[in-house]
Amino acid sequence: MVVWTDQERAYIQDIFSKLNYEEAGPKALQRTLIVYPWTQRYFASFGNLYNAEAIKSNPKVAAHGIVVLHGLDRAMKNMDDIKNTYAELSVLHSDKLHVDPDNFRLLADCLTIVIAATMGTSFTPDVQAAWQKFLAVVVSALCRQYH
Amino acid sequence: MSLSDKDKSAVKALWSKIGPKADEIGAEAFGRMLTVYPQTKTYFAHWADLSPGGPQVKKHGKVIMGAVGEAVSKIDDLVGGLAALSELHAFKLRVDPANFKILAHNVIVVIGMLFPGDFTPEVHMSVDKFFQNLALALAERYR
Repeated sequence: MVVWTDQERAYIQDIFSKLNYEEAGPKALQRTLIVYPWTQRYFASFGNLYNAEAIKSNPKVAAHGIVVLHGLDRAMKNMDDIKNTYAELSVLHSDKLHVDPDNFRLLADCLTIVIAATMGTSFTPDVQAAWQKFLAVVVSALCRQYH
Repeated sequence: MSLSDKDKSAVKALWSKIGPKADEIGAEAFGRMLTVYPQTKTYFAHWADLSPGGPQVKKHGKVIMGAVGEAVSKIDDLVGGLAALSELHAFKLRVDPANFKILAHNVIVVIGMLFPGDFTPEVHMSVDKFFQNLALALAERYR
């Protein structure tokens, strides 16, 4: 079972309380699609992803970025049982969406950078450690039902 | 994923902006790596203070970032330009090459933190490719 210190919980709650979902979600997904273009394979139905400008102005990408970010809320509210919280979503990503789990890590890294850019120096090493630990647990939970 | 001319220009342009703060970026990134990825501390067990602000950490961060700056200037031939450093890492330091991408990630986080306006997704992509190629060049002599 994952053990969280009070300090780690506080850092995670703090990040979420200050998070602008409408800004961070789209930015994180756009960054993932631009920096790691092979991730575009899952979004063929989103229309024009032809170049960075197209990706940044694509409304479906923006909307989906917000959906994905809100998906993290579940983990934030259930930090002591993230594994089971994501059981359904894991099956969805494996059986229906067929997403290569390495992509979870790529999106997590891009989200980290978006949050770092927003928080600036208040994104201290300890905050970064807690945040990345949180994302690692989420990613691990999402990978669990793959078979 | 080799570097296109566009990637090289992007990296050089970014470096001209962030280069003056290289020491700070290096110290921050290296300190963060030790904190966020504690397994990396195994290479520095002989140091007294591994906290992010510690003197040895700051000094070594500066050394590392200096080498990154050199790599930027040798971007047209990273394998050749980093041959000596590759020998050092391969035969003396024996750092597991998996750690190169861990450090690269932390440098990228710090650049994003300190230069949010300049570190656009497009620039990020070129920088990510640059670090991948740098890591490959650094691992060249390993086996």
